[in-house]
Amino acid sequence: MEKEFIITIFSENKVGLLSQVTTVFTHRNVNIESLTASESAIEGVHKYTIAVKNDEEKVANLVKQIEKKIDVLKVFCYSPSEVVLQQLALYKVQRSRNVEDLVRRHNVRILDIHDDYIVLEKTGHKEEIQELYQMLSPYGLYQFVCSGPVAIIKSRRELMDEYMQYVEERRKEALGE
Amino acid sequence: MAFSGFSDTPAPQAKKDLPRISGSEAVIRSFLAEGVETIFGYPGGAIIPVYDALYDYRDKINHILVRHEQCALHAAQGYARATGKTGVCIVTSGPGATNTVTGLADAMLDSTPVVLISGQVASNTLGTDAFQEINFIEITNSVTKWNCQVKRAEDIPEAIARAFYIASSGRPGPVVIDITKDAQNGLMDFEYKPKKFIRSYIPSHAIDNDQIMEAARLINLSRKPMALVGQGVILGGAEQELKDFLEKSGIPAAATLLGLSALPSDHPQYVGMLGMHGNYAPNIKNRDCDLLIAIGMRFDDRVTGDPSKFGINAKIIHMEIDPAEVNKLVYADVAVMGDVKRTLPMLTEKISQKDHSAWLDEFRVCYNIEREDIIEPAIERRGAHLRMGEVVDAVAQQFDDAILVTDVGQQQMFASRYFRFKRSRSIITSGGLGTMGFGLPAAIGAKIGAPERDVCLFVGDGGLQMTSQELGTIYQSQVGVKIVLMNNGFLGMVRQWQELFYDKRYSFTELTNPDFSLLAAANRIPYRCVERHEDLDDAVKEMRETEGAFLLEVRVQKDENVFPMVPAGQPVEKIRLE
Repeated sequence: MEKEFIITIFSENKVGLLSQVTTVFTHRNVNIESLTASESAIEGVHKYTIAVKNDEEKVANLVKQIEKKIDVLKVFCYSPSEVVLQQLALYKVQRSRNVEDLVRRHNVRILDIHDDYIVLEKTGHKEEIQELYQMLSPYGLYQFVCSGPVAIIKSRRELMDEYMQYVEERRKEALGE
Repeated sequence: MAFSGFSDTPAPQAKKDLPRISGSEAVIRSFLAEGVETIFGYPGGAIIPVYDALYDYRDKINHILVRHEQCALHAAQGYARATGKTGVCIVTSGPGATNTVTGLADAMLDSTPVVLISGQVASNTLGTDAFQEINFIEITNSVTKWNCQVKRAEDIPEAIARAFYIASSGRPGPVVIDITKDAQNGLMDFEYKPKKFIRSYIPSHAIDNDQIMEAARLINLSRKPMALVGQGVILGGAEQELKDFLEKSGIPAAATLLGLSALPSDHPQYVGMLGMHGNYAPNIKNRDCDLLIAIGMRFDDRVTGDPSKFGINAKIIHMEIDPAEVNKLVYADVAVMGDVKRTLPMLTEKISQKDHSAWLDEFRVCYNIEREDIIEPAIERRGAHLRMGEVVDAVAQQFDDAILVTDVGQQQMFASRYFRFKRSRSIITSGGLGTMGFGLPAAIGAKIGAPERDVCLFVGDGGLQMTSQELGTIYQSQVGVKIVLMNNGFLGMVRQWQELFYDKRYSFTELTNPDFSLLAAANRIPYRCVERHEDLDDAVKEMRETEGAFLLEVRVQKDENVFPMVPAGQPVEKIRLE
């Protein structure tokens, strides 16, 4: 049965790494719903957040194949309930009284105002972003763009920090320190 | 931090006392620091500086000039698998690089340690579709264990150190280092530090004692266990550890195609080869097993037939170094992670001494059925034509303890079934990718890596013609490979499938062949052709007694089939004897 998963990938900052990661998805025939890349809290380490919808077993295998890539440090896989998710959307919409009402009621930020249009920003869950999209549509929505989710893990344990400690132990063992 | 191209390593600092050399010379000196003795390669525009540097090191490194870059890779594979060392290749950019892709893919699927240095256009022309420019990093992402482009001379030693460490550690595989021409020409302060650790790459994770205990418990409880021996045993150098484990546990052991020779063929607990054309006993008994112990193997579909029915009544212990292989195809009740060289002795210590002779006898009964129905008819010197089984048997009789190299197809299956192995690293064959044309170049690499051993290649008329230009390499480099050409005038394995599953519609599988005697003569290779049973032994003897290379063409029956056979996708107990 298909379920939603959030895969977070910690990797070295290497040219072409994203292509290596997406190759694994292509090879295993898994579609990427969304992907964001950024620096992580660890120096020199990049973080990718990828949302997928697929069988649990297939995703578990996929995660191991990504982790097998030499420049990937660690991959975690979560169900949406295990993480705090947030997406960001921008809307370019025709100016009107109705739109200004919606802005007030939906806690939307105004980024830019012109005589004939305004640019709005909404952060939230996919559903909230879609809801606002539906509401703005009748009033002349010129452009819409939405990011994929970024995620913070709810767990009290900092799993990546623990993993980096494990890596440090392996380093000492390998170099005989 | 200065950018070094490697985010976890600071850039090398200039030091006064280090020799200042070109990036190209740094490539060669890095090789020497890694103990490289032999390189397989082919020069071209974007790699000329490295070849120029190599010219000064001809007395230290043996360069074999192949005739096609694909064969540089296969030769390096043959070398690596015969010696256990990492095979090394050098090719130029563009077509030189793309020609290696099949070899890289083969090495990837068969876990063979290979380092390939490819030339690349100068960094200021990258991305401009320059002459012989191709994005080789992108192309090789899915056929390499790791790849990396180097654009500065000072990054070369670090990149090569990583390449050798990654290629040979953990589950081995091919690595590409793509070096731009300006990096080859640039000057740098040379210092080489072999790599022992990369933070994003843990080749073998810490061994979990609980997994060993649980595996030992299952082994001690089991009444009908079978060990499935894969290439992981050979790659880990764990042949003795395997023997100790088997002899204490009394467990019957079967081998995968690539696991052949890890255990001598005459070991009393060896019950034959697994898989589609493997032996009858380990396939038919699969259903009766209550425990399967997979040791360094990956449940390839040619081994399992239908993975969902494989070991259907058995618990499965999977001893494996690569976490991505566990639960990929067959669910493991216990996964023992780590190098089998380390995990096998830990397991042996925890299991009780046992005798499974009654269970082993069941395998012998099956073997006797196979011997009567298949093996004896296959190797006996009778019938209107010579047949592949008897040829392999005749060669095996005279080439005691040779390295067997095969191409892909019927001769591969006959050779792996009827050849006999005394020691490890005695079979070199393309298992995962099934690359026709692999045999001849791989045999060249094997002979160069192990000159003291006989190397016998079995190859079909189709496969030989895929890479027959390497006969020129054999002549130029005087490589003493014994080539047994099984000529049936057909692409035999496809023909067999057409006969059995496609209503005998032999669509484009018949070959009108060249005169192989002339091909041999053109390359100045001694040659003989046999067509009759009574000439076979004498011809093999002539091949054995001839110094250096030999091409023995054997005209075999056109329509012979390989049996037993598990039809593709079927449970292994559906193995057919005819």
